[in-house]
Amino acid sequence: MRARPLSPHMGIYRLTRYSLITSFANRITGGVLSVGLLAFIYWLTCLARGARAYARAEQVLESDLAKLFYAALIAAFAYHLVAGIRHLVWDTGRGLEKAQSQRSAWLVIAAALALTVGALWWAFRAREGV
Amino acid sequence: MSLQTPLGKARGLGSAGNGVHHWWVQRLTAVALVPLGVWLLVSLLTLPSLDFVTLVSWISGTWTASLLTLFVLTASWHSSLGVQVILEDYVHDQGSKTISLVLSGFVHVVLAALGVFAVLRIAFGSPL
Repeated sequence: MRARPLSPHMGIYRLTRYSLITSFANRITGGVLSVGLLAFIYWLTCLARGARAYARAEQVLESDLAKLFYAALIAAFAYHLVAGIRHLVWDTGRGLEKAQSQRSAWLVIAAALALTVGALWWAFRAREGV
Repeated sequence: MSLQTPLGKARGLGSAGNGVHHWWVQRLTAVALVPLGVWLLVSLLTLPSLDFVTLVSWISGTWTASLLTLFVLTASWHSSLGVQVILEDYVHDQGSKTISLVLSGFVHVVLAALGVFAVLRIAFGSPL
């Protein structure tokens, strides 16, 4: 049987469309947050194992690479949060006109950037190390 | 503009009434995760320090332990649904698709169990 075309047809989209970029970014950030969930559960189990086990885990949890990962998580959360709210608004049937969705795409990007910068500033300013 | 079919409208259901379940739970968990996620991030950012004692006493609070348990369950569920869609879309080989979907489902259930158990163990205090 001949292979039939399957959705999503990655080859046929214009990759620079705002609609595609915001949608794909929502997927990517969702994937990053799934990895973040894995790390979060690991962190919780380390805490549950007691002070000595946690002290050992802290070497990994407080490494520079880990901090970079936390920063990526914060950025991913900020974007996924705002883009998710945009989706929830769409689900009510509102904001689906082309001009509206174009405007909300920019709003999402701007709000996600602002939230990311704000949260990162807060995280890295208040304490030495996250 | 309505996207519902005339028959669906007449019956008060979607195309079959059942296919909408994945979509609905994804939205439901998304709505719940807005306050839960924001609460968790703000809490972690505002804790006076992130050392063991501070974290354990924070998690041991009734509200924190309850909300953290809800966060773990809701986030695992939402993540499971999201990863499922990604796998369905990009893994084209039927065999690998089935295996990866089953694996992702199992991993998410294990994560939820581990997370809930860890929160409760911290909250109630380890016997040792």
